[in-house]
Amino acid sequence: MKMTKVEQKTIPLNGDEAVAYAVKQCDVDVVAAYPITPQTIIVEKFSEYVANGEVDTEFVCVESEHTAMTCSITAAATGARTFTATASAGLALMHEMLGVASGSRMPIVMSVVNRALSAPLNIHCDHADSMAQRDLGWIQMYAENSQEAYDSIIQAFKIAENLEVQLPIMVGIDGFVLSHTLENVTVLPDETVKKFVGIRQIPHVMNHRGEIVPFKLDPEKPLTLGPVALQDYYFEHKRQQEEAMKKALKVIKQVHNEYAKQSGRSYGNALVEAYRLEDAEIVTVCIGSTAGTIKTVVDDLREKGIKAGLLRLRTFRPVPVEDIISNLSGKKAVAVMDRSSSFGGNGGPIFIEIRHALYDVSDSPKVVNYIYGLGGRDTRPIMIESIYKDLQNIAKTGQIENKIQFVGLRE
Amino acid sequence: MTEWKVTGKEFAKIPEKFMPGHRACAGCGPAIALRLVMKAARGPVIATNATGCMEVVSTIYPNTAWDVPWIHTAFETAAANAAGIESALKILRKKGRIKDEHIDVVAFAGDGGTFDIGFQALSGAVERGHDFLYVLYDNEAYMNTGIQRSGGTPHGAWTTTSPAGEVIPGKPQYKKPIADIMVAHEMPYVATASIGYWNDMVKKARKGMEINGPAFLHSFAPCPRGWRSETAQSVEISRLAVETCVFPLWEAECGEYKLSPKSKIIAMKPEKKKPVEVYLKTQRRFRHLFKPKNKHILDEIQNNVDRRWKKLLKACEIE
Amino acid sequence: MSPQKKNWKEIPIAGVCWVPSTDYKTGDWRSYKPIWNIEKCIRCMNCHIFCPEGAVTYNEEQNVMVYDYDFCKGCGICANECPAKAIEMVMEGKE
Repeated sequence: MKMTKVEQKTIPLNGDEAVAYAVKQCDVDVVAAYPITPQTIIVEKFSEYVANGEVDTEFVCVESEHTAMTCSITAAATGARTFTATASAGLALMHEMLGVASGSRMPIVMSVVNRALSAPLNIHCDHADSMAQRDLGWIQMYAENSQEAYDSIIQAFKIAENLEVQLPIMVGIDGFVLSHTLENVTVLPDETVKKFVGIRQIPHVMNHRGEIVPFKLDPEKPLTLGPVALQDYYFEHKRQQEEAMKKALKVIKQVHNEYAKQSGRSYGNALVEAYRLEDAEIVTVCIGSTAGTIKTVVDDLREKGIKAGLLRLRTFRPVPVEDIISNLSGKKAVAVMDRSSSFGGNGGPIFIEIRHALYDVSDSPKVVNYIYGLGGRDTRPIMIESIYKDLQNIAKTGQIENKIQFVGLRE
Repeated sequence: MTEWKVTGKEFAKIPEKFMPGHRACAGCGPAIALRLVMKAARGPVIATNATGCMEVVSTIYPNTAWDVPWIHTAFETAAANAAGIESALKILRKKGRIKDEHIDVVAFAGDGGTFDIGFQALSGAVERGHDFLYVLYDNEAYMNTGIQRSGGTPHGAWTTTSPAGEVIPGKPQYKKPIADIMVAHEMPYVATASIGYWNDMVKKARKGMEINGPAFLHSFAPCPRGWRSETAQSVEISRLAVETCVFPLWEAECGEYKLSPKSKIIAMKPEKKKPVEVYLKTQRRFRHLFKPKNKHILDEIQNNVDRRWKKLLKACEIE
Repeated sequence: MSPQKKNWKEIPIAGVCWVPSTDYKTGDWRSYKPIWNIEKCIRCMNCHIFCPEGAVTYNEEQNVMVYDYDFCKGCGICANECPAKAIEMVMEGKE
């Protein structure tokens, strides 16, 4: 990617601060949020911006995450650009409203600071919270580091508000690992971001008077939003959401490339990032911050002549099936890393997607699953090395001993 | 603020914003409440509904009975809906993205969506001071799902989850004093209203919209289906509730109670206060209470009404 | 009664309603019909005010109440609330 002419500055920010900083620059109209560890810094920081007049935003400090999401929905329905943030139990409490947000086609941007779900209570990172929401019609993206968190939030507004998409987006950042760790983050000038996201565009629809009106609550052009749709129409609405997801695949790339021109930063092809994959024989697949650890292990293995590689999913919903196939077919063995468990399921949520995508491929690799890092369990390079060692064995023998394993657990 | 005065003929000229063709049952009290409130709007208005009878009957896709911008999200969210709309209007007006005019926000919810599942969102929105009118249409049970008891169901009433059994004859608990709880928030405006006294009701609805900050209108709205009452009597029963002091009419600005005309007459002339039995007899949900063995429940209900009425008079500083 | 069903490409996004409720006639729910008596009526507007349907309107020019039987469900509130006894509820088909 060509370097940009825009003057950027580099400042130390943790993941939460990076998110708040991006939101500050995006000319957001309404932020409705409720604090929860490890997301708290985002709302605290944003409250400071509001208190100091650094943003022109209505900040609604609500009484629960359920209301945070509800306010976001109706504020967006009124025409406002909206943002919220949460984690873990807060996301679980929003569950009901997440489906309303996507079904009502509200382009809300939400940062999810990934944290384990109770019980037992745990405040540290895993992906159980957002994985439990994966079928609700939200676009899901996961950042590897604070820089990407910053960049992704800005892109998210433009993706969500795209007239062909009109879907809510959650951007996941790993709790504590990213949220509370200082990093040097390069930020764009305020004006550049403001221009990049622009003013929220609103599609047009037909109302009950037979008029074509802006898709928002406007007394001059009334419309009814959120009706009862029964056996005769509910299905058609769900089909529309599938179509929007399909379109999002294209738009996520477009926005990412456009942003790359401004910032000089890019993340693979926006949907997936392939790391030393071209000639790789054994590959891990992951989302989020663990990719950073894996990359160093891959570099070490490469020095030893082992053909290791990594495929990081940046976008998990919609699933980039084509990219999974093109990057993984022909490989010898693939280990999918899941930082959440689908209890009683046939592997973790990412594993299920990857293995399924490769089912119809003639030169499909052997695919195994590693559940790791639940409740913030540290994921050390030695664990990743052991996974690649397993993959080497599978590649050599063609035999899978254990399809689903737990790594970093006291057996 | 000058009080809105409107005659029947003037009121009849106001266009319907809650249109015919909705699918409420014949004789629906809440449908009358919604019509009256919507006709009381002073200008541009955005409406929102909790899940419930009125949401379901008015927006069966692709039809809508709402000729104003309207949104529904979920059951427990009427106040949160209003909060989001109001916040967006405020900032969009400030930024010049919408016309610089005041838009009223009105939230409708039933007793289930208010006394029970939506109470947290309501309390939160009122504490934050959003400028909106919350209209509770109280038909005293979860009617939309088939007459199940709510925190608003009165003592002794039959519902499908408080059946009139041999051991437990109807709902053992008393109705939650929701309007008093809202007054305890020290919010700008709380009022009770009955569809039986339409003029009082529309004035209060208008006032609730005019007042800056949150306003709460507790409107009494019989459900012939769930109350096992005659469809023609919905309005009459609403008047009886006031005349027996089962549902007195009052308003409270920033915590200061004041009786409304009809209830004030009863306060001045106590002989006009009718016994609760007159009211209870109009509804077959109370039928079992008239068995001799349940006489004590009728007494309990009368005692409770008397006690609460006395308390209200004291709050209104009427001895 | 309801227009032909549209497919998923034809309907507005997000469930925005595109038909007014007035296209749906609820009048056939009725078993009793209110019959208005012009002579007895005192034009108090109670029948308009208390109608759950908004099916009774006032025509000021002709000074008459207009009953829209397309929507009247026959609940009988108008007759019950009429102080002049100017409305009679009559069984459908026997009016």
